[in-house]
Amino acid sequence: MDFGSINPVLLVASVMVSATPILLAAIGETVVERSGVLNLGVEGMMITGAVVGFAVAVNTGDPASGFAAAALASAVLSLTFGVLTQIFLSNQVATGLGLTLVGLGLSSLIGKPYEGMKSPTLPKLDLGPLSDLPVVGRMLFSHDIMVYLALGIVALVWMFLKFTRAGLILRAAGENHDAAHALGYHVVRVRLMAIFFGGACAGLGGAYLSLVRVPQWTEGMTAGAGWIALAIVVFASWRPWRVLVGAYLFGGVTVLQLNLQAAGADVPVALLSASPYLVTILVLVIISARGAHAAPGSLGRPFHASQ
Amino acid sequence: MIALEKRPQPSRGWLVAAPLLAVVLTMLVGGAMFAALGVDPVEAIRTIFWDPLFNPQFASYSRPQLLVKAGPLILIAIGLSLGFRAGIWNIGAEGQYIMGAICGAGAGLAFYPSESLLIFPLMALAGALGGWAWAMIPALFKTRFGTNEILVSLMLVYVAESILASVSSGLLRNPEGMGFPGSRNLAQWDAAANRELLANTGMHWGVVAAFVSVILAYVLMSRHVLGFNIRLSGDAPRAARFAGVRPARIIIFCLGTAGALAGLAGLFEVAGPAGQISIDFNSGYGFTAIIVAFLGRLHPVGILLAGLLMALTYIGGELAQLMLGVPGASIQLFQGMLLFFLLGVDVFTNYRLRLGRREVA
Repeated sequence: MDFGSINPVLLVASVMVSATPILLAAIGETVVERSGVLNLGVEGMMITGAVVGFAVAVNTGDPASGFAAAALASAVLSLTFGVLTQIFLSNQVATGLGLTLVGLGLSSLIGKPYEGMKSPTLPKLDLGPLSDLPVVGRMLFSHDIMVYLALGIVALVWMFLKFTRAGLILRAAGENHDAAHALGYHVVRVRLMAIFFGGACAGLGGAYLSLVRVPQWTEGMTAGAGWIALAIVVFASWRPWRVLVGAYLFGGVTVLQLNLQAAGADVPVALLSASPYLVTILVLVIISARGAHAAPGSLGRPFHASQ
Repeated sequence: MIALEKRPQPSRGWLVAAPLLAVVLTMLVGGAMFAALGVDPVEAIRTIFWDPLFNPQFASYSRPQLLVKAGPLILIAIGLSLGFRAGIWNIGAEGQYIMGAICGAGAGLAFYPSESLLIFPLMALAGALGGWAWAMIPALFKTRFGTNEILVSLMLVYVAESILASVSSGLLRNPEGMGFPGSRNLAQWDAAANRELLANTGMHWGVVAAFVSVILAYVLMSRHVLGFNIRLSGDAPRAARFAGVRPARIIIFCLGTAGALAGLAGLFEVAGPAGQISIDFNSGYGFTAIIVAFLGRLHPVGILLAGLLMALTYIGGELAQLMLGVPGASIQLFQGMLLFFLLGVDVFTNYRLRLGRREVA
């Protein structure tokens, strides 16, 4: 075993890359859950984003339009969930699971012809003198634009929820939908918009997997990333900055176990490859044992405005 | 203006009509999907739903397959439905299925090459225990710490898959298999094989267990106080607590039963149709069973019918792949759509449409 082969600078850099897909999906889901909707279809939306982004990027040769198409496709897919749960008042847990199953089927249907292809990938962003800094430049300032965009989305979501009127309305719909309705806000409309945003974010996260992180299309490539994103939202107690911490933590575990596998660590491979999931369970248990629940009051409850 | 109005009582007619309408809608939209893929939609639908049962050329092969595929689906879905009725969302049946298969096969292989009659019952017991133990993890976390069982049970699927990959190339690998991953073939070892009980029917012990579970679940849910408590916990959790129902017991019972049944399904599959533990012997039954449970309205008899229907789409899907070149994934999408449409039309069970102007509140 050779731990010397694990370079800490490269480790941090790759943590940022591997955390970005789950960060994007989790921050989108945070907004959805703060509006009072539990969308368990993140995995399905991510993988749809992954395949659509990949297909469009291959066909146009332009990764940017791949990302745009992925966001749009996943957002439209998430609207089927929105319509079913908000207008047809279906059970959110069951519909979210259905969304995941549909997304997995749809993606392998679309993706069949693209297996084994190579896509154009995002160039590293040139941040001028910042990228040339020793150590830090390599760690933090040598990434592609999506890594920074994801950080920007976290900041924007935080500002939106904390400082804007629209954010307040969204939180009101999530905390107590009957009160929000009585105040004259359109709970269903707010939630549909939140679901749309969550879908778009999950799509971006999926496209980041297939266009940058891997970069290839393979069936079922998200491998539970969407579910981990859902766990991170719980871990973060529904707060944007903690979502960032959670995503980087899980990115760290993923990268570390891959590095340990490559370094030939004396730990069973099965244990290493299961470690991101085991850590997720462990964190969930610790969070719930502490009793630190800050779940939005109306999370997962259907809303029907009876006159 | 069209508005939804809550019914005073759920409509009994819609309870039965909704799944049928969902099937029809899925056929229509699925047909459009096949047309978009360049396959004649009528031909595709007929190949999926009609040919496996009545085509003179294939039916003799595919009819027994119906029970082979429906058995595990029904067995798992019955277990899941108990929890879903109580508002306990075990979506990790796939993991419990895998662990049941590993434990059951492991218990049997420990006695290879014994020909004792006790081997198969021992394997079934170990399989049920394996699935039960795997489901106890989310159950205990839920009762002890209030941890979300949806996420924990799902994460454990990926852990189970890692374990499966590990044992099939390590602990349980066939010592005479020239180093290839995968265990000894249980179906070729008389004491452990899950044989077809009646020739050319597809009836094996797993199917028998599925039918028995349907009957037991029916009695439990409609005639026993535990079933009543389960339904009460789902419909009115606060009322259930006031009535003295202990939520922890319901959680342990529902998750444990679901795990044990999924584990049994895994063992019967690995000792019969699949034959051996291999990296990819699991074929997603644990997830499809969720669709089966909902399509069957979480009712034992409904699940029996839904399991047969879903098995039909599997077999018909394979046939359509073979005959018409339909991509395999389109069947998966087809099954997902079925769940979506069911959830959509289900609104009419509890609500009715009211036409006319909305009055001012």
